[in-house]
Amino acid sequence: MERIPILRMGSFLLVTIQVDLYDRLALTLEADLVQMVSKTNAKGVLIDISAVSIVDSFMGRIIGNIASMSKILDAETVVVGMQPAVAITLIELGLPLTGVFTALDVEKGMKLLKSRIIVDNEDYDERDERDYLENNDSNTD
Amino acid sequence: MRGMSVITWKTMIVTLTKDLILISRDQDVVPYRSRVKEYAVKIKMGLVNQTKLITAASELVRNMLKYASGGEALIEVVSRGRDNGIRLTFSDKGPGISDIDLAMKDGYSTGKSLGLGLPGTRRLVNEFNIISEVGKGTKVVIVKWSNG
Repeated sequence: MERIPILRMGSFLLVTIQVDLYDRLALTLEADLVQMVSKTNAKGVLIDISAVSIVDSFMGRIIGNIASMSKILDAETVVVGMQPAVAITLIELGLPLTGVFTALDVEKGMKLLKSRIIVDNEDYDERDERDYLENNDSNTD
Repeated sequence: MRGMSVITWKTMIVTLTKDLILISRDQDVVPYRSRVKEYAVKIKMGLVNQTKLITAASELVRNMLKYASGGEALIEVVSRGRDNGIRLTFSDKGPGISDIDLAMKDGYSTGKSLGLGLPGTRRLVNEFNIISEVGKGTKVVIVKWSNG
């Protein structure tokens, strides 16, 4: 079955959607991402949709779902690179994607994620950080 | 008499090309969307209008799959006077819609969706027609003019 790859970078998960989405693919991505967030203890999810030429009500809902599910699992989601025509269409369709952070490109998206997560990092002392890294190492086996 | 015929000529929609695609699986929407895009590019439709049309098509294909487990999708390049456009017809042999007015309302859905499909689609295109008979099926016709 076709899958969209999810990359891990530190405490972030990166997803670049390079193919045309259809419903099942979007659902698989939703399930995979939420599972990855919990497995890797990720604090942020960045979804790059710059190569996506259309987002309809179903895919829009999936994006919203990913953001709310990640939020419950203590991770922030930012959607980057939406094409202007897609934004126009989404609003006319009636799907304003409220509750989803957006940024113009990957760089700004990463900055946004980091700025939202720094606050959390202050809570960690060094031992927590070490435990966290060890846990992640055992997870990748 | 002559005046009449001019009016009919101006408002008459002429089909230039036809392309019928069967939709039976989820994935069929991908090649279908790219076919619609091909025709839209051919008649020099702008990117925003293309995106709106393809999004509308995507919604209607989903409806066919969800409520009627598939159907036929016809793509036509049409012209009306000097305007060119794309007309898409979606026909299925599903259960039909008993109350079209209700189905066209924002937020109404018998499925688990947001209920944006039909009303949202209508906002994205220039012409929207729906005919449905309970137990027989549903036919949705949409038109997007290239500069509409």
